[in-house]
Amino acid sequence: MSNLYLGLALILLITVVLGLLRIIWGPTAADRMMAAQLFGTCGVAILLLLARGLGQAIIVDVALVFALLAAFSTVGFVRRAWTEKDSLKTGERRHD
Amino acid sequence: MIEICGAFLVSIGVLFFLSGTIGLLRLPDIYTRLHALTKADNVGLGFVVLGLAIQATSWSEVIRLVLIWFLVLLASAISCHLVADAALRRNIKPWRKR
Repeated sequence: MSNLYLGLALILLITVVLGLLRIIWGPTAADRMMAAQLFGTCGVAILLLLARGLGQAIIVDVALVFALLAAFSTVGFVRRAWTEKDSLKTGERRHD
Repeated sequence: MIEICGAFLVSIGVLFFLSGTIGLLRLPDIYTRLHALTKADNVGLGFVVLGLAIQATSWSEVIRLVLIWFLVLLASAISCHLVADAALRRNIKPWRKR
């Protein structure tokens, strides 16, 4: 049964890697950040499945920290990193 | 029996994650992508947590799993709103069908 959970964790990891294509395609900085957000949610699920599959309950605590850091990274991105210059550069700002 | 139910629920959760990722890749603009990302993934995580929680051996494990889910729910609701608000303020137009 634990092999099933490891396999499901692998499937989730593959979906995260596919989601990283959005980082290449863009077009705005927020789209790229969304792939990181996907990694946050998916990463928590992967860690929970690994905790069950490997039989190590301590990994659940790592998932908790992961969830917390994903939230902070998005807030930091919106408040600090997403500058006006970025959206001008990609041509997404159409009219003022 | 409980193990089979748990494995079934976790598999449903993984399917939701899959649909969330497909939505992130295929939907046309930033707002629809946010929608796919924050809703589908949270339901997926909810199913994963449910599937693992019904197999848990102690209550502290269950509480910890549910707390993680609530934290992720709260975080992604807030961050979805922040990103959408910031995008609107940068005059990124919502997609319309032509």
